[in-house]
Amino acid sequence: MLSYIIKRILYAIPILIGVNLITFMLFFMVNTPDDMARAQLGAKQVTPELIQSWKEEKGYDKPLFLNQKAEGIEVVTDTLFVKESLKLFSFDFGFSDANRDIGSDIKERMMPSLAIALPTFVIALITNISLALLLVLFRGSTLDTSMMIVAVMIMSVSGLFYIIAGQVLFSKVWHWVPISGYESGWAGLKFIILPVMIGVFAGIGSGVRWYRSIFLEQINQDYVRTARAKGLSELRVLFGHVLRNGMLPILTGVVVVIPQLFMGSLIMESFFGIPGLGSYTIDAINAQDFAIVKAMVFLGSVLYIVGLILTDISYTLFDPRVKLGA
Amino acid sequence: MNRYFFKVLLLLLMSLDIHADVWNTPHDSEKVKKEVLFSSFSIPPKRLDPVVSYSSNEWAIMGQIYEPPLQYNYLKRPYALEPLTLIKMPTIRYLDSKGDEVEEGDKNLAFSEYTLTLRDDINYQNHPSFVKNEKGELLYGALSNYELEKIKTLDDFEKTAFRKLKAEDYAYAIKRMAVRQNHSPVLDVFQEYIVGLEEFSKKITAIAKEKKAKNKPLDLRAYNIEGVTVVDDHTLKIKLKGLYPQFSYWLTMNFFAPIPWEADLFYQQQGLVEKNLTLRWFPVGTGAYYLAENNPNKQMRLVANPNYHSEYYPTLSQEEAEKSNVPKELLKDSGKKLPFIKEVIYSLEKESIPLWNKFLQGYYDASGISSEAFDQAVQISLGGEMALSEEMVKKGIVLKGSVEPSIFYLAFNMVDPVVGGYSESAKKLRQAISIAQNEEEYISIFRNERGLPAQGPIPPGIFGYEEGEAGTNKVVYDWKEGKRVRKPLEVAKQLLAEAGYPNGVSKETGKPLVLYYDTTATGPDDRSLMDWRRKQFDKLGIQLVIRSSDYNRFQDKIRKGKAQLYSWGWNADYPDPENFLFLLYGGNAIVKTNGAGINSSNYQNPKFDKLFEEIKTMKNSPLRLEKIRKMIKIAQEDAPWVWGFHPKSLALTHKWFSNVLPHAMANNTLKYKRIDAKLRVEKQEEWNQPVVLPLVLLLIFILLVSYPLYRAYQGRQRAVIKGDD
Repeated sequence: MLSYIIKRILYAIPILIGVNLITFMLFFMVNTPDDMARAQLGAKQVTPELIQSWKEEKGYDKPLFLNQKAEGIEVVTDTLFVKESLKLFSFDFGFSDANRDIGSDIKERMMPSLAIALPTFVIALITNISLALLLVLFRGSTLDTSMMIVAVMIMSVSGLFYIIAGQVLFSKVWHWVPISGYESGWAGLKFIILPVMIGVFAGIGSGVRWYRSIFLEQINQDYVRTARAKGLSELRVLFGHVLRNGMLPILTGVVVVIPQLFMGSLIMESFFGIPGLGSYTIDAINAQDFAIVKAMVFLGSVLYIVGLILTDISYTLFDPRVKLGA
Repeated sequence: MNRYFFKVLLLLLMSLDIHADVWNTPHDSEKVKKEVLFSSFSIPPKRLDPVVSYSSNEWAIMGQIYEPPLQYNYLKRPYALEPLTLIKMPTIRYLDSKGDEVEEGDKNLAFSEYTLTLRDDINYQNHPSFVKNEKGELLYGALSNYELEKIKTLDDFEKTAFRKLKAEDYAYAIKRMAVRQNHSPVLDVFQEYIVGLEEFSKKITAIAKEKKAKNKPLDLRAYNIEGVTVVDDHTLKIKLKGLYPQFSYWLTMNFFAPIPWEADLFYQQQGLVEKNLTLRWFPVGTGAYYLAENNPNKQMRLVANPNYHSEYYPTLSQEEAEKSNVPKELLKDSGKKLPFIKEVIYSLEKESIPLWNKFLQGYYDASGISSEAFDQAVQISLGGEMALSEEMVKKGIVLKGSVEPSIFYLAFNMVDPVVGGYSESAKKLRQAISIAQNEEEYISIFRNERGLPAQGPIPPGIFGYEEGEAGTNKVVYDWKEGKRVRKPLEVAKQLLAEAGYPNGVSKETGKPLVLYYDTTATGPDDRSLMDWRRKQFDKLGIQLVIRSSDYNRFQDKIRKGKAQLYSWGWNADYPDPENFLFLLYGGNAIVKTNGAGINSSNYQNPKFDKLFEEIKTMKNSPLRLEKIRKMIKIAQEDAPWVWGFHPKSLALTHKWFSNVLPHAMANNTLKYKRIDAKLRVEKQEEWNQPVVLPLVLLLIFILLVSYPLYRAYQGRQRAVIKGDD
């Protein structure tokens, strides 16, 4: 397995270089270094001298991919792309264009994002699987049909509606929890209850439908009949056997998402005042802060690759027939 | 197991603040009971560096921390300057090129020398950078890696100290402004005025580059600017080229706030920079407050500076109070020591809905009015008068409104072959369009009446602005029965015909006149505005083509003179007409200056320019007013802008938040404001009692559903056993 993981990590290098290259091209197709300087320096009294000094300090006075003024290898190495990319591969994200240490900012913002995303993910997973198994238990009944209709209805409504409705109902009308805010530690529990519940509820429709279809494929298998023949209760059959055998397709969709939880959720964090990573990239794009954009795209790609590797590894845990690297 | 369960349950209940009278408070309930102001910010400041920051959201924080030499009197109107850290207003000597003193109006006047005499009782906030060891060296001036490991915030430093403000701190700030690497936006402005600043900037920029390459700190005390002289600890002289009376206004801004050298050196340490502990983010000032917490992604916290010098709430004579139209309740605290509020917590609120709801719950002490909440908050009478809605009145909320010293206008590019130029026909075309643009309608539809139609470039509250008939733009309005009335559309059509476009069709080519409007409004929400804009031109038969682009492309077009029509705006830096009239000065034309000028419409009229050069250095006087009147009339005739509107800002405050008076120029007004914490607690409890019934109903529902579900499960189990499944 170790050789497989090493191989996958090595494969990731050209992918990350490619992602970085595309990020550079797309960003500088839309923004020039002069535009970036203006975005950072403000609207008033921005003189050409000021712009030039800003570009020099940030290194944006260098050519993007090829430095015609340089000689030898420096034609390629003395460029913005190489200088900025090399640092990324050592996870040195450097400083934002507004002069903040990006690594520190990411570390600081990651925990609030996780404080919302992790409980939402875990509770949603347990709730959706439990409800799906419940519906499988009552398959074909009125309960099953009506729950499916409700699931489609939940799916059809925008997540933003749940956020606003939740804030109005639970905070404004019933005064149970704060509308928005964040505190770290236990003191923050009152702030995360509402976003977590809304996150779980908004995902119930699609989650339950998806898991139900997975479990329905399993329910008529021979091993289920055997389990029942052994005298197991329906709950033990469902949670002990159907769930375990339905795990493989669930893992495909779930494990790959786990590393992405660090990246947060834009809308949820904006509405609930969570100081997480969700809006970090969007704010950086709006502020034309390339240093943050490239760092976040790189980090996102790395986390996605990690998610894929974890998914592959998790297959071996649930299905002994799967052998990695074979 | 049970014991553990109850412990967890108890912890959860404690964290929910169940013991408190309200459950939904987002604040620490102990702080709510104290004189703490709860406010918010929607856009985090990009920086808090006094020589760089040039945005209102940055100044709102920095104004409370840094103290430039002068400030605006909080209550007096029109805006009046007064000393802040000085014992008196700066004394100004005028010199000729040989250095001999001359009169202000003397032809040989070459320099103005400002002498600033500092108060003796001004101290900085407590800060680790001031701590010295037994040898007199900075204790934290060269932190080792071991020491840095333990430091995450400034609170991690064991010791703090403070010292007195010195004249050299103001000189240090100007030197810091001169370092190009600091990107001060006003450096290029002051290079024209402060003697020796340009040469100094070149020299110090090179030195800074060298030091950075060698990873060495730059101590600016070792270098001097010719025109900035530290006479002693309390006296500073600044020598300017020629006359620049607006300099006094600049002395109220953070660009001239003092910087202690200790703080600059302290924050240059790489180990601190990597922890985002820099002067850009952690100011060190002498102001009424210091920044105790700076997390621009979540919360910023100001705490009253224990070392703050004696300063008192302003006192006005009865005559001054009447002239300034100050309500009596704002004079109750006259002569009392400042500041009143002990702590301010600014929380990040990106979305307007949570912000508004929290304000209504009493958890924010003040709020602006977003367009979504406007109808809920404000009622507009048929006569256009604004008043609070019944709901707001019931809560005791107070509405504060003021016209901002700003202008938003529709500009013509004067170098454009169709709408530009100074021929009679070009003027008439612009005048016709000016009449057809119904700004009153725009303000009513798109700004909920929050604006005042502009008659010229100068907004209310600035010298040169005139009310009534004298201040009316006679090109666009008639003065009838004591009111301004927009000229009828027929007048505009007549002017258009005289311009060579009868009914919007060119006499020469027989083709309809097509104009192009550049805008950054690209979203679906902007569609109604663009439709309205098209309709205004359509009234004259002119076809308007909307060219939407992002802000970068838009700015680029303006800089290169490629736009024809566009909307833009300007906020005052200081309350002087020069700060608005320079937007139309030919010497500032953006194309002519390769994008550096501020005159984006490229307007250039020699008569206007000559008058501008005269009024630029004049003090406010009847003669200056006369010249300004002439300038405005010239501009109104030439019509390089459709004058647009001056925005009105509205703010709501709860009745426990007092001494609030809108001041468009001052940034350090927090120290005058007051909180009645007892009343706030009472109202928060009254407005936020938890409604428990739905919770009980939910529990009953769960219990009711559980039983039939259990029975159904049992039935299912039996069916499986029987083999019915």
